[in-house]
Amino acid sequence: MKDLARSPAPVAAKGGLARLEALAPVLVLFIAGASLPLFDDAYLGVIGTRACIYWVLVSGLNLVVGFAGQIAIGWVALLTLGAYVTSVLTAGTVAPELSPYLALAIAGLFGAIFGLIVGLPALRLRTFYFAMTTLGFATIVTQVALAWKSVTGGGVGVPGPIFPWPFSSPWGFYFFCLGLALLCTWMTANIAASRFGRALVAIRDAEVAAEAVGISKPGLLVKVFLFSGAVAGVAGGLFASLQSYITPDAFTFDLSVLFFIAILIGGRGSILGPLLGTIILTALPEFAAPLVAWSTFLYAVLLLVIVLAMPGGIAEVLDFKNRRPLEQHREIRPRPELLGTLSNPGTSAGLTLKDVSLSFGGVRAVDDLALEIRAGEVHGLIGPNGSGKTTTLNVISGYYPPQHGQVLLNGRALRPRAPHTRAAQGIARTFQTPRLIGAASVLDNVMIGGSKDGRGTFVESLLALSRHRRDEAMLAQAAMTALSAVGLEQLALARSDRLQHGELRFVEIARALMLRPSFLLLDEPAAGLSVEEIKRLGDLILTISRQGTGVLLVEHHADLIFDICDRVTVLNLGKVLASGTPAEIRAHREVVNAYLGG
Amino acid sequence: MLVSIVSYGLALGAVYALIGITYNVMFAGSRVFSFTAGMTGMLGGVLGALFIDRLGMPVIVGFVATLAAGAVLGIITEFLTVRPVLKSLDQHLYVLSTLAFALMIQQLTAIEWSTEPQPFPRLLPIGPGLFDQQFWLPMVACAVTILGLEWLYRRTLIGRAFLAIAEDNYAARALGLPEQRLRIASYALAGVIGTLAGFTGAEMMLAYFGNGPLLNFYGFVPVALGGMGSNRGAVVGGFALGLFQQTANFIVGGIFASVAVFVVFIVVLLVRPEGLAGAATARRV
Repeated sequence: MKDLARSPAPVAAKGGLARLEALAPVLVLFIAGASLPLFDDAYLGVIGTRACIYWVLVSGLNLVVGFAGQIAIGWVALLTLGAYVTSVLTAGTVAPELSPYLALAIAGLFGAIFGLIVGLPALRLRTFYFAMTTLGFATIVTQVALAWKSVTGGGVGVPGPIFPWPFSSPWGFYFFCLGLALLCTWMTANIAASRFGRALVAIRDAEVAAEAVGISKPGLLVKVFLFSGAVAGVAGGLFASLQSYITPDAFTFDLSVLFFIAILIGGRGSILGPLLGTIILTALPEFAAPLVAWSTFLYAVLLLVIVLAMPGGIAEVLDFKNRRPLEQHREIRPRPELLGTLSNPGTSAGLTLKDVSLSFGGVRAVDDLALEIRAGEVHGLIGPNGSGKTTTLNVISGYYPPQHGQVLLNGRALRPRAPHTRAAQGIARTFQTPRLIGAASVLDNVMIGGSKDGRGTFVESLLALSRHRRDEAMLAQAAMTALSAVGLEQLALARSDRLQHGELRFVEIARALMLRPSFLLLDEPAAGLSVEEIKRLGDLILTISRQGTGVLLVEHHADLIFDICDRVTVLNLGKVLASGTPAEIRAHREVVNAYLGG
Repeated sequence: MLVSIVSYGLALGAVYALIGITYNVMFAGSRVFSFTAGMTGMLGGVLGALFIDRLGMPVIVGFVATLAAGAVLGIITEFLTVRPVLKSLDQHLYVLSTLAFALMIQQLTAIEWSTEPQPFPRLLPIGPGLFDQQFWLPMVACAVTILGLEWLYRRTLIGRAFLAIAEDNYAARALGLPEQRLRIASYALAGVIGTLAGFTGAEMMLAYFGNGPLLNFYGFVPVALGGMGSNRGAVVGGFALGLFQQTANFIVGGIFASVAVFVVFIVVLLVRPEGLAGAATARRV
C-alpha cells in the first residue's frame, strides 16, 4: 500500500472538498426553501409544497430514468395509487380508520410492490417496449380508479388525509414535505455515489461491460424499482393531502410528462439537475398564467429541444469542472511494479476450450476449437480478420453459447449465456471497442470493475451506513492503485469521454484488474497505440501474467505477440492453423504464407 | 350479441392492425419505433371531421386532404425527430424525440380542436345495421393497405429498395440506394396508412384527441406480439386483439377488458420478449 502515497490526492479531493462542492447548491436550494414562509404568501406555499411532493417522486424516478436509463413515462400511476391508498385508509370507508402516518407508510409499501410490477418488463424488454408498458399501466390505473366506485368513490372521489399537528397548517405541511424532500435528496445522492449508482449508469451506457464485471441487471433494477415505487407511493399520499380531495381527474398524464421531462431537462445521471428541473417545471406555469393551457405542449417542445440540442441537460451546463482543459501532450506510463497489491491470490490450473464450434447462419465462426490458457502465461491468439478471435473471447465470457463443445475452468464447465457470472469466477476482459461510460469519471469507470467486492447492501448505501463508507473507500483506493499501475492516475477525475482512444484501452485494463482476475482476456489492446506505448503495454501484460494471471491476448501487432507470448495459437476461418511457442509459429510455413507474410 | 362482438371486434382490430403496420413501415425504414403512429391515427379522425364537417369539403376531397396531411406529418416526423438522432440509435434518443413530437401533436389537437369527442361525418349512405359502413370500412382499408404493400414490396423497384433498406441498411447504402430519400418516403407512407386507419375508424372511435395514446398502445400490442417489422404478424395480432378486447368487454365490462389486454400483453412479452411469431435476434457484443 506504500505506493498509494504517491497518488492519493485525487481520492482525498473526491471525499472532502468535491463532495462539499457538489452539495452546496442543493443546500442553498433547501435553505431558500426553508425561508419561503418569510414571504407570507399562502399561494406560494402551495406551489412550494407541490414542488416538494413532486420531487419526492422524481428523486426516485430519477434513479430509474436518469441513472438506469429506463424510459418509464407512466410514473403518475404510482402517484395515483399512493394517493388512493392513503386516502381510502384514512377515510375508513373500507377498513378501520388508520393514522395518516401509518397510511402513508402503507402507501409506500403498495408503491414499492407496484413499482416492481410495472418495472418487471424492463428486466427483459427493449426500451420502447418498456416505455409502452408504463404508458399502458398509467391509463389502466386511472380507469380502475374511475370504475371501482365502492372503494375509490369513482368520479366523485374521496377526501385526502389530514396530518395532525404540527403538520395540520399549510406551512406545517409544507415543512413536512420539505423534510421528506430533503431526506429523498440525501438518500438518492448516497445511492448515486455508491457502487449501486455507478452500476446503474453502467447498465445505461455500457451494458455489455457491466455484465462482464459481474453486475446483474435484474438484481439491481429490482431494488431500484422497489425504492422508486415506494417514494412515489409516499408522494401520492402527500399529494392527496395537499389536494384535500382526490378524483381520477387529478392524475392526468400531463403530470407523468412533467416528472419525466423534469429529469431529462435536468440531465441524466445528476441529482441537482432534475431537482432544478422539477422546481422550474412546477413553478413556471404558475407565474405565467396564460401559459397554463399550453404547459404540456411547452414541456414537450422543451423535451424535443433538450434531446436534439443538449442531451446533457442542465447538469451539463453546470458542470464547470469538466471544461478545464486537460494536459495536451500526455503519455501513458504504466508502473507495473504497483501490480503487487492487485494480483490474483488464487491458484488456477487453466481455462480450457474443448472442441468449441459456433456458426452464424452459414458462417462457421469457430470450428472445433481447442485452446488451453494456463495460469501465469501469456497466450497469443492471432489470425486474419474474421478468423474467429473475438468470437472465441465472446464464447469464453459467456455472450455466445457454443453450439458444440465446452469451456472449462479448472475442469468445470462454465455456464453459457451467463456473462455476469464470469467476474465471480475470476475471468476479466477488455473489448475491441472500449466499453466505458463516457459521462462518468475515469475513476468511477475503474471502480465499476470492483462492483462485486462491495459488501454493503442497497439499504446501507441509501442511508450511508458504515459498511457503505468502507466499501467506497476500499474501491476508490483499489481503483487508484489500478490506475497508477496502468499509468493514468493523473486523469482519474476527468470525464472518460474526454480521453484519447489509446488511453481508453488502458482504462479498460485497469477496470479488468479490479477483479484481481485469474484469467484476463484482452481484445486488441494495442490498437491505436504508439510504438513506445505498445512496448510499455507489453511490459505491463507480462508483469500481470507473471503474478499468476493467465492472459489471452488477441492482437494484430506481430511484434508484441512474439515479444511477450509464451504460446501462440493461430486461427484461420475459425480453425486452429497452428499452435506452439512463438519460435515455432514464426517458422511455420502456412502461417507465414497466410498471415504473417514472408 | 355474438355478431355485434365480431363486427366491432373485427373493425377495431382492423384499425389496430393498420396502426401496427404504421409502426412497422417506419421501423423498416429507420429501425425506429415512433410514438407518432397512434397520433396519425387520431389525426385521421380529427382532420376528416375538420375538413368535411367544419370546412364543408366533399367527402372525397376531405379524404384525400386528410391522407396528404398524414404524409406531410410523416415527413416532418422524419426531419424533426428521427434524422437528428439516427446516428446515435443505440442511445434510444428516438424514444424521447418522437414522444415529444407526439405530445406536441396531441396537445395542439386538444387546444385547437376540442378535448371532447366530436362526431365524425357519415361517408357513404350505407347502413345502419351490423353491416354498417363503420364496421366494414376499416376492414376494407386494411385489406387495401395489405394488398397495396404486397404489390409495392414484391412488384416494384422502389418497394424492393424498401425491403433492402429494412434488411440491411449498410449493404443497401453500399449498393447506392438513396437511403435518406427512401426513409422519408417510408415515413410519408406510414403517415398515409395511419391517417387512413383513423379516417375509416373514426365513425366508431369518434374524432377525439384522446385516441392518440390509446391507438399508440393498442396499435403497438400486435406489433410486439406478432414480431416487430412483420406486417402479417401485425394483422393477425390486430384482429386477435380486437376480438379479444370486445369479448372481454362483453363478459367482464369495459375497464376490466383493458386490464385483461394489458395483463396478457405483459405476460406474453415476459415469456417471449421477441413476440409470439418473432425470432430471437443475436446480440452484438
